[in-house]
Amino acid sequence: MAELTEIRWHGRGGQGAKTAAILFADAALGEGKYVQAFPEYGPERMGAPVQSYNRLSDKPITIHCGVKCPQFVAVLDPTLMDAIDVTNGLPDDGILLINTQKTPQQVRGEMQITGRKVFTVDASGISKRCLGKEIPNTPMLGALVKISGLINFERMVDDTRKKLEKKFKTKPEMVDSNVLAIKAAYDEVQGEK
Amino acid sequence: MAKRVAMTGNEAMAEAMRQINPDVVAAYPITPATEIVQIFSSFVADGLIDTEFVNAESEHSAMSACIGSAAAGARTMTSTSSQGLGLMWEMLYIASGLRLPIVMAEVNRALSAPINIHCDHSDTMGARDAGWIQIFSENAQEAYDNMIQAVRIAERVLLPIMVTTDGFIISHGMETMELLSDDEVKGFIGEYKPQHSILDVEHPITVGAIDFTDYYFEHKRQQIEAMNTAIPHIVEIGKEFAQLSGRGYDLIEGYMLEDAKIAIVALGSTVGTARVVVDELRNKGIKAGLLKIRVFRPFPAKEIADVLQHVKTIAVMDRSDGVNGRGGPVFGEILAALYFLIERPIVVNYIYGLGGRDTDMKQIQDVYKYLKIVAAGGLLNDRPAEYLGVRE
Repeated sequence: MAELTEIRWHGRGGQGAKTAAILFADAALGEGKYVQAFPEYGPERMGAPVQSYNRLSDKPITIHCGVKCPQFVAVLDPTLMDAIDVTNGLPDDGILLINTQKTPQQVRGEMQITGRKVFTVDASGISKRCLGKEIPNTPMLGALVKISGLINFERMVDDTRKKLEKKFKTKPEMVDSNVLAIKAAYDEVQGEK
Repeated sequence: MAKRVAMTGNEAMAEAMRQINPDVVAAYPITPATEIVQIFSSFVADGLIDTEFVNAESEHSAMSACIGSAAAGARTMTSTSSQGLGLMWEMLYIASGLRLPIVMAEVNRALSAPINIHCDHSDTMGARDAGWIQIFSENAQEAYDNMIQAVRIAERVLLPIMVTTDGFIISHGMETMELLSDDEVKGFIGEYKPQHSILDVEHPITVGAIDFTDYYFEHKRQQIEAMNTAIPHIVEIGKEFAQLSGRGYDLIEGYMLEDAKIAIVALGSTVGTARVVVDELRNKGIKAGLLKIRVFRPFPAKEIADVLQHVKTIAVMDRSDGVNGRGGPVFGEILAALYFLIERPIVVNYIYGLGGRDTDMKQIQDVYKYLKIVAAGGLLNDRPAEYLGVRE
């Protein structure tokens, strides 16, 4: 692991980009890592483009500015790719994970992405299948854990389950279906052949 | 064994308040401090603590309720930010003038106009002469630790105290930190035994009396003396906290300062970012240093002059401007602190991060670059301050 790993999550207000960053940080914390998770607070409207960030390190993190050059970018909503440059600041060996039905090759071609590694997963489809509605953040979490290799998958599932049990006190069925979605995305995420 | 968790600054401050379990909390919500009392009110509603929680109808009322409860001898806390602190204004002076040890969790946010909810230090810097002790926190850990120490400090010196964090950057940023156990916090703060209470009918007192030309000056002199002599108490309580937690706290904190030729002085979250820049510069053999001011009121002028006197050029970072033609408030204080030295460093002022403008590594690198030029005999710009990261 690099001394400091930075992740940027892109979503639209209401899709859970902030929650994804928090869940990812919680799981990394469980492995003894030092973590940060913070959203970029802009105009807080449903559907507006939002970003959130993670920092992970084996040492205490003192830096408190925005993330400019993340090693990982996760895009929760593929329609954002037409609106903003999600690869901004992503280095040539950086990893881009996109929620889409398309293959990584298709995305690379359409978006004219040079360098980087592109991964795709149909997080929206998985979410609809497992949760009955489109909240792609938990499946994206599962996919990012797999391709990043930053944290242990089983532990992440355990930690996320605990966190979700707190969040969904009145809707316990949401816990199992989210865990199912995480596991499905973990299995289905695809890289470039 | 301390419990390691990931919390936002707001969660950390609310958690400290739960462990402190004050007698009274009176507050009115305002972004980005809302969560502190929101989380705290759930602790009360869930029966975890027995605090009397007062939902006030404004910040002015909240501080008024705090004054009443503290005068009755209750351990009293509140939380606010920005315009909320502004609305408390006249009551802030009454709290300090009455020597009431109220503890406030304050989240630094810009003042209107234009309307802005993000971080700068305009709100708290505006209250710097209101007779409150002011402690700035670099991160969530310090916010938590400072809140716990604040109770002891306030009750020892009988002055109100505000502990601040940077809005959103710390208040809404989740990061790794350690918690003490409830018993450890309880033991550290001890039981509050107020010296006076308006409810103590055996020993009747008058609170808030008229005090004209006959005694006002004498009473003010006592208040001033309390602030003038607060420093050793803050230091002592910081050392005691270090024994409990392993985390030491002083008035100021130097980083790579002993042999530094150029240095930045800052408060709050930007200190952490500057620390990384100092490490980079040191790796390149550049003697860069950093001074964090933790306690801004009372202002530790002598301690600051001692650690900065050998530095050649210094940049004072102000996250607010006095809008007075003379730069920021921290700048003025540092200049005054260094005045009594025979050989004084060259000091420049940087205004940065107003309204939450991100202060990144590049900006801080630029400050050190400028300091190097000035140290090498370069000319200073002829204006009160440099403005970092602004379009002009």
